[in-house]
Amino acid sequence: MKSNQTQIANFFPRDRSWHPKAYTPDYKTSVLRSPSRALIAFGNTLSETTGPAFGHDTIGPLDNDLVLNFAQSGMSAIGERVIVEGRVLDERGQPVPNVLIEFWQANAGGRYRHKKDGYLAPLDPNFGGCGRTLSGDDGAFAFRTIRPGPYPWPNGPNDWRPAHIHFSVFGLGFAQRLITQMYFEGDPLIPRCPIVRTINDPKAIDQLTARLDMSASAPMDALAYRFDIILRGSRSTLFENRLEGN
Amino acid sequence: MATPIENPLYPFKESPSQTAGPYVHIGLTPNFCGIPGVYDKDLGTAMVTDKTKGERIKLEGRVIDGGGNPLKDALVEIWQADADGIYRGRAEPEFSGWGRCPADAETGIFRFETIKPGRVAFPDGRLQAPHINVWIVARGINLGLNTRIYFEDEAEANAGDPVLARIEHRDRLTTLIAKGKAGAYSHDIHLQGPQETVFFDI
Ligand SMILES: [Fe+3]
Repeated sequence: MKSNQTQIANFFPRDRSWHPKAYTPDYKTSVLRSPSRALIAFGNTLSETTGPAFGHDTIGPLDNDLVLNFAQSGMSAIGERVIVEGRVLDERGQPVPNVLIEFWQANAGGRYRHKKDGYLAPLDPNFGGCGRTLSGDDGAFAFRTIRPGPYPWPNGPNDWRPAHIHFSVFGLGFAQRLITQMYFEGDPLIPRCPIVRTINDPKAIDQLTARLDMSASAPMDALAYRFDIILRGSRSTLFENRLEGN
Repeated sequence: MATPIENPLYPFKESPSQTAGPYVHIGLTPNFCGIPGVYDKDLGTAMVTDKTKGERIKLEGRVIDGGGNPLKDALVEIWQADADGIYRGRAEPEFSGWGRCPADAETGIFRFETIKPGRVAFPDGRLQAPHINVWIVARGINLGLNTRIYFEDEAEANAGDPVLARIEHRDRLTTLIAKGKAGAYSHDIHLQGPQETVFFDI
């Protein structure tokens, strides 16, 4: 197996104006949880350019199927069946292969299977709300789920989250670690949401908005939404090829 | 100025971050939060085996907000070298170097049982002091926070560490150094306030 060691010299610096700032008072929880001192930069060392790797032995057969992975035998989750598919690429447009992608979401009514979620909408006994997969050699991934419902949350007097799926993505290096959310094209709650609006640039919000993809849908079964995930690009090292095959 | 998105060499921008939210544990540690049976076990819970080489250590701490309250919904991941100072990934089955721990729902405490990492070279060849890389996400954190944990009983190595040397306000160094010895360390991470931990733009 190829070692992760010394494949990458440096990641492109993070464009922190593209990401949300730490202190975003319209999203109230950020107020006491945002560092106020300047971050310290030092470039990348092996501590940042290497990262954990996961193999196919990590992934169970139903891990990428939220319709079935918590359902009792012969049952399935309630809701609009959807396929989410896309690719993990870096900022140079190169596929990021074999990285772990984890996702979690509310059920079709907008309720999470979590003891702290007290929303009126009922739990679905056949829906757990978590899944995971690995990107392929070409960076591609796909999973099946139900479309999550929007839900109200305590922030302003009447704030609602648009329908969304949470994503956690590993890269080749620990500095590429990313958590984000996917929204659904056409949802009128997207521009109203204080969490979405922690992002300043409409183009950046658009990047998190999955597109309906009829050609990838499964007729008489599930609609498909396309969601590409972009991780930080990297400058390769002189040693990149030398370690191949180690 | 052309933004990278308009630059044909770099056609894409990194996906913008969004908070992990209050239910991050559903996705990343479902067994911990009462969703059993989807995965055999939560990833990142066991870092060492009987065969792992190196000095066993226990590390515990809390992530504390600007009001002095421990976060009970945080998730902490660590990434570290093995005892020889090598980052292993999956190449070494006895030590992956990666751990993941949800904060305790009552106390906010996170705990890792791991080994003291060896020293890893800085790009210019100097050795970094033993350290653990830390990534923190939670509700209210819009972009995951990166910090490091060094060790109080490695004072000599810490004094020559090239990353610690970058910190201009020397009184802030203590925010990166876990207290303890003989394999038991404690380390609180302060998101804000007079004791605010040093976070890195890596
Ligand atoms: Fe959510």
